[in-house]
Amino acid sequence: MTISETRENPPDLIRLTDGTLLLRLRGDWLAGRLPLPLHDVEAAMEEKKPATLRFETEDLQNWDSGLLTFLIALKKLCGARGIAFGDGNLPDGARRLLALAAAVPEQPAGKGLLRPPLLERVADRALGAWKSAVDMLDFLGEVTLACGRLLTGRARFRRADLWAIMRECGADALPIVSLISALVGLIFAFVGAVQLSMFGAEIYVASLVGIAVVRVMGAIMTGIIMAGRTGAAFAARIGTMQVNEEIDALATLGISPVDFLVLPRIIALVLMMPLLCLYADLMGILGGLAVGVFMLDLNLGEYLEMTKLAVGLKDFWIGLFHSAVFGVLVALSGCLRGLQCGRSASAVGDAATSAVVTGIVNIIVATAVITVICNILGI
Amino acid sequence: MATTEAAIQVKDLTMAYGSRVIQRDLTFDINRGDIFIIMGGSGCGKSTLLRHLIGLQVPAKGSIHFGETDFWNLPPDDRQRFMRRFGVLYQSGALWSSMTLAENIALPLEEYTDLSKADIADLVDLKLALVGLAGFRDYYPSEISGGMKKRAGLARAMALDPDILFFDEPSAGLDPISSQLLDDLILELRDSLGATVVVVTHELASIFAIGNNCVFLDATSKTMIATGDPKKLRDESEDPLVRRFLTRGKAD
Repeated sequence: MTISETRENPPDLIRLTDGTLLLRLRGDWLAGRLPLPLHDVEAAMEEKKPATLRFETEDLQNWDSGLLTFLIALKKLCGARGIAFGDGNLPDGARRLLALAAAVPEQPAGKGLLRPPLLERVADRALGAWKSAVDMLDFLGEVTLACGRLLTGRARFRRADLWAIMRECGADALPIVSLISALVGLIFAFVGAVQLSMFGAEIYVASLVGIAVVRVMGAIMTGIIMAGRTGAAFAARIGTMQVNEEIDALATLGISPVDFLVLPRIIALVLMMPLLCLYADLMGILGGLAVGVFMLDLNLGEYLEMTKLAVGLKDFWIGLFHSAVFGVLVALSGCLRGLQCGRSASAVGDAATSAVVTGIVNIIVATAVITVICNILGI
Repeated sequence: MATTEAAIQVKDLTMAYGSRVIQRDLTFDINRGDIFIIMGGSGCGKSTLLRHLIGLQVPAKGSIHFGETDFWNLPPDDRQRFMRRFGVLYQSGALWSSMTLAENIALPLEEYTDLSKADIADLVDLKLALVGLAGFRDYYPSEISGGMKKRAGLARAMALDPDILFFDEPSAGLDPISSQLLDDLILELRDSLGATVVVVTHELASIFAIGNNCVFLDATSKTMIATGDPKKLRDESEDPLVRRFLTRGKAD
């Protein structure tokens, strides 16, 4: 607000002989366009302290919340200086709103937005990390118990749910898995070809693509796709159920949410992931083959023969083992984050994000562990 | 026009989802300064009527006038601008959960006014104080109770100093005391702001406490079967359904 604007319609501040400061409100008093800045009144009070502040409002035209904020600030000033606040002449509505605004005193327990000291923050983080570790163990324990119930046939979930989830995370994922795996095969073939062609050994592109895709890459790529696709969906679905109190409703009926929601998802992913992985292997090999045959002019039969020579059944088993483990990890992280979800829209978003991150981190760590173990065992 | 007093005029309004008609031939006036109740049994289209009034759903037939303005015949941009004169309190508050109460109330002000940050902060404090939530500006919606959420929602609805306030089931999910406090607040705001208030509710206590005019929608005949002062309707209505509704089934 510039001075010229505020001076356009100066309300008069009049000192009466009985120690009253009279504030004449004229024209429009609208938010952001108040005719008189507060500090003018403050200055007048400073100059010579009046006993009472009164208003004259005959010429007041339109007013809105802007006038009210001004009056509230004035009232505070008067309160601080021991000046009586005479609201008698104010418009009826304004007077009632002022009273309403003052009806409930400001909560003394206002939330302190002060940052807690460093030590407290570190401790909070540490306790938080400890708690989330305990939560995770707790959850793993429950899932293990639920698996026990599943084996003894006492786990309660709906078979129809299981089929639906299997379709969602199996067949429905085929297009994206095809695309990504074929492209990964293709990329491997290109990268390998650049080096191998220097020795005139282009045919080994087939072995390279075959082993890489079948042994780990097929499983890792499906794992990551499923973490992004299905893990996030699990977390969002279960998180939304948490928001809607659907999980509480299950628990009240004596149905374990872990049995009902988590088990079918783990089963579905453990069954579907190896199948998807096999499919991804095939697509990866085809991607490599396309590069070999069309770009490197390799013979189709030769390429297939070379792939068959290079890739043993053992490699398939290792790949499938990877993918089954990833299935468990993706399902667990999705369901865990969903069940931990808070009760708001943003919490559901956080749960989905966290499920994807946890899923992918778990997949990479598990790959490293399995690779090291395989190495030690000499497989 | 004979009824220039009316703040809102609904004429021959038919509401439908596709070919499924919800209510037809609704004609009623809401006067300036009224607390107008939209009532009726569950599923009769009360909330749908509200969605038509606040511009979320297009009428299948008929018109809605606000003063002299034919609301649904405005070009979309003008209608959007016109809608800023409405304040709406949704059933569960509908506060944006990723923002603090202050940010919730400040958003409409930031979007539609060119007020300075300090002015907005003052206005936010004022609105929170009006609904009795002074000091809660930095709380998130998930940290306060259901009744407080409704009041915070009301503070947001009032952010732009609306001419017309709409309430969707203000007492749903509130205990009798909170619900009565909210009723008092609605009355007080109507009186001091001079606003027109439209309330969807089937809470009898509220209807008689605040309403001075109403429309009664019926699900079976798919149209309105009564309009007027709810207390009068309770005592004098010819229609047995209306009387039964307003006396909680005792008048038979």
